Amino acid sequence: MTDFNIELANISKNFGRRQIFRNLDFTLKTGQIYGIAGHNGAGKSTLVKIIAGVSTPNKGKLNWVKNGIALESEKYCDYLGYAAPYLILYDEFTAIENLHFLSGLRGNSPDNEYILRLLDEFKLGDRKDELLKGYSSGMKQRMKIISALADHPAVLIADEPVSNLDAEGKSSVYKALLENSNERITIIASNEQSDLDLCSEIISVENYKV
Amino acid sequence: MKMSIRPLALFKKDWQSEIRTRYAINALAMFILVTISVILFSIGDEKITEYLSGGLLWVVIFFSAMSGLSRAFVSEEERGTTLTLQLSAPPSSIFTGKLLFNLLLVFLMNFVITFLFIALFDSFIVKNYSLFFFAIVLGNIGISVSSTIIAAIISKAGSKGTLYPVLSFPILLPLILTLLELTKFAIDGDTIAGSFVELAVLVCYDVIMLAASYMLFDFVWKD
Repeated sequence: MTDFNIELANISKNFGRRQIFRNLDFTLKTGQIYGIAGHNGAGKSTLVKIIAGVSTPNKGKLNWVKNGIALESEKYCDYLGYAAPYLILYDEFTAIENLHFLSGLRGNSPDNEYILRLLDEFKLGDRKDELLKGYSSGMKQRMKIISALADHPAVLIADEPVSNLDAEGKSSVYKALLENSNERITIIASNEQSDLDLCSEIISVENYKV
Repeated sequence: MKMSIRPLALFKKDWQSEIRTRYAINALAMFILVTISVILFSIGDEKITEYLSGGLLWVVIFFSAMSGLSRAFVSEEERGTTLTLQLSAPPSSIFTGKLLFNLLLVFLMNFVITFLFIALFDSFIVKNYSLFFFAIVLGNIGISVSSTIIAAIISKAGSKGTLYPVLSFPILLPLILTLLELTKFAIDGDTIAGSFVELAVLVCYDVIMLAASYMLFDFVWKD
């Protein structure tokens, strides 16, 4: 198993004069499910974007460490799966085309067997060849979870993973998040108690306010 | 290996998306047809010089590029898919993929424009085709690289439509001026050896723009 750590040292972020959080200092380790909690607008999505390396903190340092060696930020996407309601897939492509494209963009050959299993588990197997523009918002959300899992990521970030989902969709997501969670770092940003119940450790953004 | 799969995956996606939506191809085709028609109508029976027809060729190419090439990044920004790309591949792969797509568009566009000019303008007579070929190829690379990085910059701005030609003009001006000169030489039938300085300027422009674009793109692409 790959030993993977994400280290955040004194991370602060502000938008203009508004400080979102300051001096965040913790380490995320493989095998754990971390919950990032906080009310609406507290900065959960901002924090997960910083962890993913797509948003730059105003202060502090982020390090992804694999087997004791710090990775260049350009390499983060090799190990990352990310699902969020604000992440948009391509409406003019089918589910399968979207998943194949994203695997290619991550530099991988698509694991077709696993992708088909995920599509079946998320009840999208029989609509895999339909364009995404015909999908409901709940189906698109399930697609985002599938795309995050499709390449067996070492770091899985799920921001509001069950938004727009019905009870059946939620249980599929929870099952997928727990499956193989001992082989990766899982981060769930949410204010839903049922999401946070999956987590072994909760980081509250509120604790890092001024 | 990953470095080659990623840009090709993005290029393939952009091409398939273009085939389905035909946004850039339609915009380019309409612009080329309208501009060449307007030029033909305004010339009428008047006789224009070879040099003027060579100049008009590059005017059409410049403005056609302005009408269609900004889509590379603007379409991602408008659809909201920029973050999906940022999370999936490093900036250099994204830039390479988008550049490959713009290269294809520019080569297709300039092939059509040049063909129409040769067919429709009696005064457009090129005597040295190999020199003209080198000028077109190096010019296409320069236009593609410049328009791709400018498209990335303006995709983050509010007034994308007006900003694109305004930003492109000073960046593409040295390229267009050199291409005008080389087209004149090709029309006159000058040799490649005799046009070495202008060809070297084009090569230098392409290399500098390519290197500067890759360095700049990291900052443009990241939040």
